[in-house]
Amino acid sequence: MRFGVVVFPGSNCDADCYHVVDKVLNQPVQYLWHGDEELKNIDCVILPGGFSYGDYLRTGAIARFSPIMDKVIEFGKKGGLILGICNGFQILTEMGLLPGALIRNPSLRFQCHNTYLRVERTDTAFTGMYSPKQVVQVPIAHGEGSYVTDRDTLERLEKDGLVVFRYCSAGGEITPEANPNGSLNNIAGIINEKGNILGMMPHPERCSEEVLGGIDGLNIFKSLLKWWEEGGVR
Amino acid sequence: MYKAVITINFKKSILDPQGNAVQKALVSLGYQNVEEVRVGKHIEVKLEGDSIGKAREQVDEMCARLLANPVIEEYYIDVVEVKR
Repeated sequence: MRFGVVVFPGSNCDADCYHVVDKVLNQPVQYLWHGDEELKNIDCVILPGGFSYGDYLRTGAIARFSPIMDKVIEFGKKGGLILGICNGFQILTEMGLLPGALIRNPSLRFQCHNTYLRVERTDTAFTGMYSPKQVVQVPIAHGEGSYVTDRDTLERLEKDGLVVFRYCSAGGEITPEANPNGSLNNIAGIINEKGNILGMMPHPERCSEEVLGGIDGLNIFKSLLKWWEEGGVR
Repeated sequence: MYKAVITINFKKSILDPQGNAVQKALVSLGYQNVEEVRVGKHIEVKLEGDSIGKAREQVDEMCARLLANPVIEEYYIDVVEVKR
């Protein structure tokens, strides 16, 4: 399964994502430069974390206009797998590939710590290796991760089961205290209707090896590979 | 030559954490009567155009496509004619 990690000016988790796919998942991976106009032969695009274009105007707003992103949109609309992590999630919402927006944390702080997440769906390409309602520990690192949307969209997300990860307590309860950034309904990650595009604020690539203190994030990458090997969407 | 002055604010329904922090700071400075603060953006765009109407139309499109995010923000545009 061939992965591509898009590199924008200001990306800073690109090497981490590359490393996990290359050394932990043992799959072919290449960097995709933001100025490239071809997507090459890629089966899954990763939009990594960071501060693309310095977060100017709004987080993720300018990245959408990079030459390669027209190809990424085309790829996603055709059912290609796209994983957006942190800034990658912000970019996906700015591109209109996922609904809603991510705004400044109510704490006004850059929050960098572990969070517990409850896996709300295990029938997606990204989460098949988790067990239903499993509680996992994945770190966040963002200043603007508060998920907001209008009421109708929020209702639709819930009704259609598009919320994949929610911030929760160690015991898996969805409480305001477990919500680090005021996200509506404790939303940490969502997927599109088609099920091929996932955006999440927490960083699975930072917890995919024991040496980093946990491997709860690795199953996202493993799930993608399993899905692919079993002939999932392309 | 025209100059468009664009004001962008969060929609009323969106919590403005910066505005809230500034409101609290103003109250702690002694301005007890400050009830609400909203922090927005101010953008100036200078552009050539056939008419003020055309210029406004173009800036409106710029706001919808890039300068504002319609999911969370609303914007107001003022256009004036300026010398080069």
